[in-house]
Amino acid sequence: MRSLATVLFLGGLVFLLAVLTETLSFGNPPMLVGDAIQRTAVNDVGAANLVTAVVLGYRGLDTLGELSILFAAATAGGLVLGAARAGSRQRPGGFILCAGADLLFPLLLVVGLYIVMHGHLTPGGGFQGGVVLAAAFFLPLLARPTETLSHTWLSVVEGMAGTAFIAIGMLALFRGEAFLAPLFDKGVFGELVSSGSLPLLYLAVGLKVGSELASLLSRLASDDEMTS
Amino acid sequence: MIWLAAALVAFTLGAALAVLLFDNLLAAVAAASVVSLGVSLMFVMLQAPDVAMTEAAVGAGLSSLILALALRRLGLVNLDLKADGGDSDA
Repeated sequence: MRSLATVLFLGGLVFLLAVLTETLSFGNPPMLVGDAIQRTAVNDVGAANLVTAVVLGYRGLDTLGELSILFAAATAGGLVLGAARAGSRQRPGGFILCAGADLLFPLLLVVGLYIVMHGHLTPGGGFQGGVVLAAAFFLPLLARPTETLSHTWLSVVEGMAGTAFIAIGMLALFRGEAFLAPLFDKGVFGELVSSGSLPLLYLAVGLKVGSELASLLSRLASDDEMTS
Repeated sequence: MIWLAAALVAFTLGAALAVLLFDNLLAAVAAASVVSLGVSLMFVMLQAPDVAMTEAAVGAGLSSLILALALRRLGLVNLDLKADGGDSDA
């Protein structure tokens, strides 16, 4: 019975793929939005990285939705995993792990902040940089399991970052533009301080993603009675 | 260039096969991380550095870390499927 269902499912999948490849001509995208954005984004938004221009400039509301989905997932994960407990029974890592964590922590911090701050110029941005930041703060925890991250501070940073993102969007509303429309002067194309409010938005995204994931990882790493 | 791409595809497919064949679950998680690494290199070759960074950070780094931590929390880190006698439902 199960194999029959598998065969049926595979057949349906192959049929759908065949229909898709039959109707879409290869290398000839039917969407015209990409071309239009590539023509106008530099003058509209002023970001050297076109992906950022789309993610925060044209589709800022989608990014807000993405952030709220991540927030819901991290909250549900924290609810299921329970509060992180101090004073773990795990023994600390060896010398190489501890020294490696100490060496990598500042390096990862710089790389993560670089990716976040240069999100409007080079590939990357708040989401990628936020993940690197979360890894930076989780690595010392892996070497010394007895220490814990302060979840109060993480929640404060996360809440402030989320509020800042929405506040910048509301500011555009008060100026008579659309919600999350790019604000301020666009500046010189390709400079670090350019393209208006986009770097601020990406900084908020990076801090929010980083603190959320760091708190999720530290909760997951803390041992509970099940493992002993 | 085409040979590089073919080698990368073979490498990624081999890692994906290793995920299925490894008996140790932690080794399977590590192989899944290697699959993500291969896919992110493919994104670089397709000139999509943004997606490649996301794939490397989230796919190769974070998700395998979460899987490994979940294994540890469930007490399955040192479980060897072969030692269970073959008819385990894991």
